[in-house]
Amino acid sequence: MERCTVFKPALLVLLAAGLAIAQSPKTKVGKPATPADIAQRDHFVSPDGEGLPPGKGSAAEGKKIYERRCAECHGSQGQGKDEAPLVGGQGTLATPKPLKTVGSYWPYATILFDYINRAMPFDNPGLLTYDQVYAVSALILHWNGIIGEHDVMDASTLPKVSMPNRDGFVADDRPDTGQIKKKAKPRAK
Amino acid sequence: MNRRGFIKAASFGAAGLTAACSRAKTGVEEELPSQLGAKLSAYGERSKHETAKRLVPELKRPEIGSSTTPLAETEGIITPASLHFERHHAGVPQIDPAMHTLLVQGLVDRPVVYTMAELKRLPSESHIYFVECSGNSGREWKTPGAGDVQKGFGLASCSEWTGVPVRVLLEEAGLQKEAKWMLAEGADACKMFRSLPLEKVLKDGLVAYAQNGEAIRPSQGYPLRLIVPGYEGNTNVKWLRQLKVVDQPYMAKDETSKYTDLLPDGRARQFTFEMDAKSVITHPSGGRKLPGPGFYEIRGLAWSGRGRVEKVEVSVDGGATWKAAQLQEPRLPMAFTRFRMPWEWAGNEVQIVSRAVDETGYVQPSREELTDARGSNSNYHYNGRKIWRIAADGEVHSV
Ligand code: HEC
Repeated sequence: MERCTVFKPALLVLLAAGLAIAQSPKTKVGKPATPADIAQRDHFVSPDGEGLPPGKGSAAEGKKIYERRCAECHGSQGQGKDEAPLVGGQGTLATPKPLKTVGSYWPYATILFDYINRAMPFDNPGLLTYDQVYAVSALILHWNGIIGEHDVMDASTLPKVSMPNRDGFVADDRPDTGQIKKKAKPRAK
Repeated sequence: MNRRGFIKAASFGAAGLTAACSRAKTGVEEELPSQLGAKLSAYGERSKHETAKRLVPELKRPEIGSSTTPLAETEGIITPASLHFERHHAGVPQIDPAMHTLLVQGLVDRPVVYTMAELKRLPSESHIYFVECSGNSGREWKTPGAGDVQKGFGLASCSEWTGVPVRVLLEEAGLQKEAKWMLAEGADACKMFRSLPLEKVLKDGLVAYAQNGEAIRPSQGYPLRLIVPGYEGNTNVKWLRQLKVVDQPYMAKDETSKYTDLLPDGRARQFTFEMDAKSVITHPSGGRKLPGPGFYEIRGLAWSGRGRVEKVEVSVDGGATWKAAQLQEPRLPMAFTRFRMPWEWAGNEVQIVSRAVDETGYVQPSREELTDARGSNSNYHYNGRKIWRIAADGEVHSV
């Protein structure tokens, strides 16, 4: 019965079309995963915020943690040091020297939480509490002029943050060269 | 064969034995060394005379970065596992296979956890596929002229991969109606993940545990990695520990911040999965020197993430005229294809270049065609033609 919390009713499967395939297991090799198994491993955060854990934090609260855990690699103000800058670059994407950062390039704030939560600090991932991850995420967003210093980031506010480059991505329309290229485009010879 | 001859031959091991048997008939037996050779050994090593190796850059953080395959020093289409390029985002995790599990969950009816032993019980397949980092040749966008094949093209390798088709695992779990994408996550320190279209992974995605006949090496994802044929290297998630079926892409750091292709207008192409057709002449190539005029076999590699290589043309006059090279059979989809062309070098300065055509009809572009279409900020997916200049003294340079 635990399953009901995680999975859709079986009826949907019977009605399934398109990509949905085979209704019953063929080999029965492998053990059923329990909700606990799943909860332990699944830390994914969707662009609409599904999977964001409880907790909260603001830029003001994030400063101390950032100084202790992030500044040595990303610079005291997120300007970059040994590692990538986390701030700046808005307006540079169409120039010969584009600067891609959270502020200028990232389309969703949710993945900022997901990424810091899963991978940062680089040499000690998993160190921060959820509150701390919300707080440093808020700080990086604040430094980029996207949210205010005291705006609280949590599971409901973070997905609503409007990122400057949200509409900056387009679908793959290759091939754009070669004999079968889709769009005819005059080519300098 | 006499007794003495047999003992000599045995000291060469099984391969030597065959050679000696046929040599005995031709009377060159005497040339075999009269001293006993090395003992049997449990795990083979190459000759001490062979030195091909990956190029490992000096990095402040050696856990993040890449090392390149010496493609010009490989033959045929298979890359030895020991030379397969590396690209890590948080170092190589040390995984005990007895402890490793794969979780399959999300929009499925029966989430399942597999041990390695259980995965190996499932129906398996083997396929030869290349893996190419989409950052391969990336410097050519801004500063063309990579000096040699390894530096310019070495983030590509080709292996036989064995494992369980993703299809088998997802059929087992039972996909739900909303299922459209699959997240694949690794067990490295950064728990790297990518979102992949379900249609693609159901078609030919492979959860692989073996490479070239033995367990996948740690730097290639031991004990388990995803293989997504023809898709950019980063999607072939190593140290695979979780597949989650979802209804949309999750916009991972490595499909937004990285591995997106910036265009001149400031927008970026996203989910540029397929590696377009590409080729490079590996011999003669940059950094080498031809000893003098005369016969050479021009050799190279071609591949396409969209299927088979249909044709490779070679020009020995800088691209003015082209001739079809001979292609090694069988030509496999999304695998390296070796091409060869006999050539007589007159000793004058020449420019040699290859271009691949794949089964979709797509022709590998020149650098100009590429930069016309995409500018020079794209970073990824550079597949322009590579020209080598052979000087009159035989030295081969990059153009
Ligand atoms: C020991 C050095 C180090 C520390 C400390 C560190 N990082 Fe990082 N960070 C890195 C490296 C290296 C990368 C690049 C990883 C990659 O490309 O896969 C990175 C990447 C990032 C990125 C992605 C940047 C981009 O635009 O793609 C963000 C965001 C980030 N770090 C945030 C943080 C935060 C927040 C902290 C503190 C909690 C932190 N980092 C601590 C080394 C560090």
